[in-house]
Amino acid sequence: MNTLGLLAVVRPDRWNFPLFLHVLGAMILVGGLLTGVGLLAFSRGDVRFLRLGYWTLLAVSLPGWILMRAGGEWIASREGWTKSGVPSPTWLDIGFLLADVGGLVLLVSLIVGGVGVYRLREGKGAGLLRATLVLAFLLLAAYVVAVWAMAGKPS
Amino acid sequence: MSFDDWMLALHVIAAFAYVAGIVLFWVLIVAVRKTDTPEGTIRMEPIVKVGNVAVGLGAAGTIALGILLAFRLDSYAIWDGWIIAALVLWAVAGGIGQRTGAEYVKGMTKAKELEASGHTGPSTELLAINRTSAGVLLHTLGSITVLLILLDMIFKPGA
Repeated sequence: MNTLGLLAVVRPDRWNFPLFLHVLGAMILVGGLLTGVGLLAFSRGDVRFLRLGYWTLLAVSLPGWILMRAGGEWIASREGWTKSGVPSPTWLDIGFLLADVGGLVLLVSLIVGGVGVYRLREGKGAGLLRATLVLAFLLLAAYVVAVWAMAGKPS
Repeated sequence: MSFDDWMLALHVIAAFAYVAGIVLFWVLIVAVRKTDTPEGTIRMEPIVKVGNVAVGLGAAGTIALGILLAFRLDSYAIWDGWIIAALVLWAVAGGIGQRTGAEYVKGMTKAKELEASGHTGPSTELLAINRTSAGVLLHTLGSITVLLILLDMIFKPGA
């Protein structure tokens, strides 16, 4: 039996629910990012699309990130990785790093985008929402790497 | 990382793409409910394409790599109950997804007809089509089916 099969077989049942919440949150997060990026990228200056793209990031991606991060902490704790003195594996370090830095970038993109949406109401340009688009796109790419690291568990 | 590790990682990334597409369509379903102009409806087409690519790649990737993994990993067999359940649910989700798409294509088709006939203003008929309750119901059922696949993949009942 290879490592992958063995790990899947020995995962205790009590790990499943936190894992489910973690994965579901991550999927909602990625879905929100894809949608937000798509709407902002194809808006062509249309205020309705720009607003919808921003609100998708706020109302879908942010709750997804919270669920993903909370679920991640819970499953890591259940697996014993958060105990002091226990060395964490590389894949978990990658996951935590991308989740936390990504969360910060998401927050910055939401603040910048929020100001951008406010400026739209004032009839000003959509430059700040373009910055939100770039940040959200980078986040999407980073979270694909995180999914790869969490699923493939390198070293 | 072994070949199987890579296949599992790509299988999971495909699952993320699938769900991301479903989330995208939820946002569009909400947005199109307030859209009563041909231009507003047609402008959603590029985003719809993004969703279609995500769902298409996700659905194909999950099934192809999932079956590959079921054959390659010693601990799983294609006839395991939870794997058969996943295959059935995947097929059901695909069928529902196609019907959902057909419901929302009606709005896009109508918008193009209106635009071709020179009608650019708001249309109550277009709004009614865009607010299809059958489409919402089908997308809800499709989303629940995919959620069941996720639960099945994580809890692996009977494994």
